[in-house]
Amino acid sequence: MTEAAKPAISLSNVVKQFGRFAALRGVTAEFDAGRFHAILGENGAGKTTLLRALAGLTQPTQGIISIFGKSPREACRDIGYMAHPSLLYDEMSGIENLRYFARLYGITDDMNSEEVIREVIQNVGLDPELTRPVGQYSQGMRQRMSLARAILHDPKVLLLDEPFSNVDAHSAQAIVALLRGMRDAGKTVFVITHQAPLLEGVADEFVWMQAGQIVDRTVSLARTAGAEDVQ
Amino acid sequence: MNSLWSVTLATLVKDIRLEWRSKDALNSMLFFSLLVVVIFSFSFDPLAEESRHIVGGLVWVGFLFASVTALNQTWARELRNQVLDAYRVSPAPANALFLAKALGNFIFVSVLEAVMTPLFVIFYNVRVLGPAWQLLPVAILGTWALVVNGTFFAAMSLRTRSREIMLPLLLFPISIPAVIAMVAGTTSILTGEESAHFYLVLLLTYDVVFTTACLALFGMILHAE
Repeated sequence: MTEAAKPAISLSNVVKQFGRFAALRGVTAEFDAGRFHAILGENGAGKTTLLRALAGLTQPTQGIISIFGKSPREACRDIGYMAHPSLLYDEMSGIENLRYFARLYGITDDMNSEEVIREVIQNVGLDPELTRPVGQYSQGMRQRMSLARAILHDPKVLLLDEPFSNVDAHSAQAIVALLRGMRDAGKTVFVITHQAPLLEGVADEFVWMQAGQIVDRTVSLARTAGAEDVQ
Repeated sequence: MNSLWSVTLATLVKDIRLEWRSKDALNSMLFFSLLVVVIFSFSFDPLAEESRHIVGGLVWVGFLFASVTALNQTWARELRNQVLDAYRVSPAPANALFLAKALGNFIFVSVLEAVMTPLFVIFYNVRVLGPAWQLLPVAILGTWALVVNGTFFAAMSLRTRSREIMLPLLLFPISIPAVIAMVAGTTSILTGEESAHFYLVLLLTYDVVFTTACLALFGMILHAE
């Protein structure tokens, strides 16, 4: 069995409680490696909490999360995480930000870090020579630089929260093309989005969440009959 | 170990670069300390002999209050755009972040001390009667005592709603033994009446104990929700 056919991620009865509010209510699912999963649902459905739990940023109150057989913290080298905020220092330029994050992942000068960083910036469609601070970037440029930070260490699993928000149609299409390329290169891609039509024909699976649960999994944007009513 | 020092150095360089560009912490600390010097100099008009007895207390209380502004700034930077999450999802050791922040704060507070000490000397007409060189170890050990706990408690109060009030409430009580040693050590050197050896040992012990405790507990603080 090749790695691409194995489940990359498995969740077993995952519950996340914030006080009396349950953000995740017993999520059990397996996600195959090398596939593009779009996570859809209304605000408060638990999408971001699910992604943060997969990234190891939030500990489930109950249940087990396994990424390639390891806990999210143990698998952190295999995970690239892009959040809704940029996770970048506004006062530094894009390349200065990436030089710093490269060090966190042990990408040093011996590994041609400068070359790796420049290549990643070019891959997201930005100019590595851009010297102005990230705080002066447009929202679209900031999203791309944030994506560059997430893919800098060549992770096997990409967890992206709203990568197309506040981005113009052209930039959104460019990001979609980049993500499709990464999926084709064997990466497992998770994208939370409210702009699902952008991923029609690109995502291998649409995962529908509602009230802290996965209520449907489809190969296109058409929902399974009756699944809309599941609570 | 290699990764610990490499990440510590990278984070320290990044913090110094950010501070150099914004000057948020340094400006607020310097301005606050300058106010302390000026207000105290108007409030008291001590003779040279009296100055030697009170200036140790004034200096260290001024530095303690001023350093709180730098300590709050250190972590506030990591909250903007949730950059701290980028560190938390990385394989970088938690202690590297703590050490870099503590060393950065140590440098910023040392710069403050280097600028403000001559002003204290001028305004209070201080002349040292004891071994003046001993002021250096008191300053180094005392400053580390302030910043190591300050960095830790500032991180601990990060997720509280009123973190700028929480930090002094947590930091000041635990700093009392160190502040006593700093003030008494400085006064004994200025007056030359007794040896500062005991206070230096006390500060060194305090630093070792609290640095060890902070390093042991910081991982838990960083990954707490």
